[in-house]
Amino acid sequence: MSGAYRGLWIIAAILAVLLLTLHDGFYLDIAIRMAINAIIVLMLNLLIGFAGQISLGHAAFVGIGAYASAILPGRYDWPPALALAAGAGLSGLLALALARPILRLKGHTLAMATLGFGIIVSVVLTNETALTGGPDGMPVADFTLLGISPSGDRGWLLLVGSLLILCVWGSINLIDSPFGRALRALHGSEVAASVVGVDLARYKMSIFVLSAVPTSVMGSLSAHYIGFVTPNLAGFMHSIELLTMVVVGGMASIYGSVLGAVLLTALPQLLATLEGWETVAFGMILILTMIFLPKGLIPTLAARGGREIP
Amino acid sequence: MLAAFVQFLLSGVAVGTIYAFSALGFTLIFNASKVINFAQGEFIMLGGMLAVFFTEAGLPLPVAALLAVLVPTLLGMAIEKVAIKPARNAEVIALIIITIGLSLVIRGLVQISLGKSVHTLPSFSAAQPLHLLGAVLHPQIPWVLGVTLVVMVGLWLFFHRTLYGKMILATSFNPLAARLMGINTGRVMSASYGMAAGLGALGGLLITPVTMTSYDVGIMLGLKGFVGAVLGGMGNGVGAVVGGLLVGVAEALVAGYISSAYKDAVPFLLIFAILFLRPQGLFGAAAADRV
Repeated sequence: MSGAYRGLWIIAAILAVLLLTLHDGFYLDIAIRMAINAIIVLMLNLLIGFAGQISLGHAAFVGIGAYASAILPGRYDWPPALALAAGAGLSGLLALALARPILRLKGHTLAMATLGFGIIVSVVLTNETALTGGPDGMPVADFTLLGISPSGDRGWLLLVGSLLILCVWGSINLIDSPFGRALRALHGSEVAASVVGVDLARYKMSIFVLSAVPTSVMGSLSAHYIGFVTPNLAGFMHSIELLTMVVVGGMASIYGSVLGAVLLTALPQLLATLEGWETVAFGMILILTMIFLPKGLIPTLAARGGREIP
Repeated sequence: MLAAFVQFLLSGVAVGTIYAFSALGFTLIFNASKVINFAQGEFIMLGGMLAVFFTEAGLPLPVAALLAVLVPTLLGMAIEKVAIKPARNAEVIALIIITIGLSLVIRGLVQISLGKSVHTLPSFSAAQPLHLLGAVLHPQIPWVLGVTLVVMVGLWLFFHRTLYGKMILATSFNPLAARLMGINTGRVMSASYGMAAGLGALGGLLITPVTMTSYDVGIMLGLKGFVGAVLGGMGNGVGAVVGGLLVGVAEALVAGYISSAYKDAVPFLLIFAILFLRPQGLFGAAAADRV
């Protein structure tokens, strides 16, 4: 795994350059959204790419975190940090409770169950109007912790950029640990993994919780950053967007997750000038990427360059 | 009491028939290629939207209806040729992403060419509501049920009594063995995508006078069809039809008796219950893992 950290330095360098040079709110805003998405996609990739468990409902955890941070401080005067922790706790507990029955399933039934979970969460968020503001959503207060809050867009980029570096570093170490090797083993063959002593249920449960909790935290932070939440955050289309970022960047590729998130977060902004054709163009890009680079960007490029990139 | 129940039940069955058509579409494509086709809902939308477009262009309803099924069928076959076949060696998840891309392209094109507004069609015959056991029914409902019955019987005969139908079944059981028996599995793939698209469009066409349509109805309708297919046991045709109808009826009963706001959650709560109790679905055989 030599050189695995090189990408980390590149990300850190890019973030530093952005922090020093960007003054335009528009570009800073996109950079912040990219970093937030990159973390969520990385967490999703740990589940899908490394452990081989597909999820079509991961946006539900984004929604739970976001709404915890909107509702608890907004309606019950909770401090934002506590609300964030409560959202993360709820997401973790839900993941823990659902992991055993859901992750027993495989293939299309697992896809169906995770999809159903996501839709149920978004239907609840849409219909509990008294609490959530219904389909129109609700505003979110600023984030503060011990009197400190991220100041301006650069403060936010510094915060989410640091978290991104932390998550990439953590993921590189995780997949190379005994835990990570067990995950990859159960992806390869569940029977073979259990024969060599991998406790399937326990590992699947751990990775589901491990993936859900940071996703919820990022949901909370993005709610505070944007200042507004709507049920679309937890919706099916958002789950699909996240999945698309995983697959375009490359399954089981850490830097692929980051690249996929960066590209597909920028894409709608670039396509916005197409006036009405952006959906069509986005769809075409997905189709063409999957036909010509079915393994995703980073694994394909790495294979061409004859190198291994995590 | 009875009137309300009959009302809910029949409107549930009517909506359930589109889920059934859609579930059959998922089943056909899943059997042919193991792919979950997330563009299935867009064919339902196309059936309704194209019928509206063709009638507004001045064509008589029967011709418009025929074209509204025929065009998506051809589109389904074309899609298999240009988007699925070139990626047939990719992992299934890549193919699923391709179908998601396709659904975005179709939805986007319809939105650009036909606009974002909500459309409807006139009922196919009588404009007067019907009365049955005190329930008041939309005049389109006999059409929905009648056509569905005819198509289902036709499909059964097709799969069990014709060579083409048996070729599709054989390919779904074992593509390699089918090829060794001289079946052109490439053509079976193409036919499966065409039939799936056509069935989806037919469902969308039939239900449009009752539920109305717009460019974005496909997502939810398609997902509920997927629920129907998994509920019945993915890959099982009879299961798909029963699953689709069950989803429609459950949804209508909950909307009528409990809460219409939570109508959209019903299919997914139902599938949760089924998957936990019987992961292979109602009609599916328990899968054995091959090591």
